[in-house]
Amino acid sequence: MTFMVPPGLYAIGAPDSEAPVVVTANYKMSYDLVRRALCGRNVWLLVLETYGINVWCAAGKGTFGTGELVHRIEKSGLDRVVGHRRLILPILGAAGVSAHRVKQRSGFDVTYATMRAADLPAYLDRGGSSTPAMRELRFNWYDRLVLIPVELVLAAKPVLPAAALIYLVTRLVWGADAAAAAAAAFLGAVCTGVAIGPLLLPLLPTRSFAVKGAFAGALYCALLYALAGGVSWGGAATLAAFLALPAVSSFYTLNFTGCTTYTSKSGVKKEMRLGLPVMAGALGGALFIVMAGRLLV
Amino acid sequence: MKGFRYLQGVATLELSTPLCIGCGRCVEVCPHQVFRMEGKRAVMVDRDACMECGACALNCPAAALKVDAGVGCASGMIHEWLRERKIPGFGGGGCCG
Repeated sequence: MTFMVPPGLYAIGAPDSEAPVVVTANYKMSYDLVRRALCGRNVWLLVLETYGINVWCAAGKGTFGTGELVHRIEKSGLDRVVGHRRLILPILGAAGVSAHRVKQRSGFDVTYATMRAADLPAYLDRGGSSTPAMRELRFNWYDRLVLIPVELVLAAKPVLPAAALIYLVTRLVWGADAAAAAAAAFLGAVCTGVAIGPLLLPLLPTRSFAVKGAFAGALYCALLYALAGGVSWGGAATLAAFLALPAVSSFYTLNFTGCTTYTSKSGVKKEMRLGLPVMAGALGGALFIVMAGRLLV
Repeated sequence: MKGFRYLQGVATLELSTPLCIGCGRCVEVCPHQVFRMEGKRAVMVDRDACMECGACALNCPAAALKVDAGVGCASGMIHEWLRERKIPGFGGGGCCG
């Protein structure tokens, strides 16, 4: 399955030499969204080679960038197709494109128009000006929900072997029932970190993703304790569960920072520097407690 | 961004006001409305909202803006860290390929 559209200049409707030129990535979904939004209008669409990556990620990598834009303008002969020298770019492309360098190298003026392709018609109707709402990022509940399935699939690759290992080790020492319970508890903590943390993001306390995840994990562990016969777990297992499960959830909610549109590199670095040693300590502590419990009993 | 705030006091964004030529490009490209024009100069009104995407610095024709740009992605950083130390396993994943 390919998600790429051949880069180059496309016509939507029957554009003439004065029609606006909209620039997008060659990720099929980006291309389709722009084309659908502009359906029924006469617009030129300049598609850059971003190797099937969306505008935001490609701008971060530099493929949706000054060099590719200038190259694509030349290669498509855009200066002979249109009489004006104006390009309309998505705001999220600005992290890769330097407008004044594009102007120097190609003669074209870059305008960063809107955050979402769906606002392009309104932008054009307003004569090329955007409202504050068109320039604003949103990250609502549904935006986060659609990310979770793919995050779960990505997490499964390292998580399933880890769950198998937990099952085997626990089974050797404590027997089948405990092994199934430990592996299931671990998988639940992963799901809490991957799905519940991000969904409840604005409701969980503090600004730190690691702390939000730890909170979600602690809630999950408390629910497990209440509903899965926690009183019969014994002291060591209970303590270990309340240490290890929030640490696992915390790690996976921290990983969600890559999916958001408001976390900074410096912020995530700080969280990792402070958070990862605490998570490792909690896991190590939990392991020590169950082992010590086993040896002492 | 409404309803979401990330850690305070960590952003590396710096604006050198004497260099600003007042073109307004930073206001245009910033996805988090960090800047505002006051008279003929840009000012930072919400530095903590900066996600360090680097769009403002890249598009400032006067080079008045500096930021240590990058992606705030924990799994990306872990992969990078493992790659730098040539530790195998885990690699190959990552959200943006």
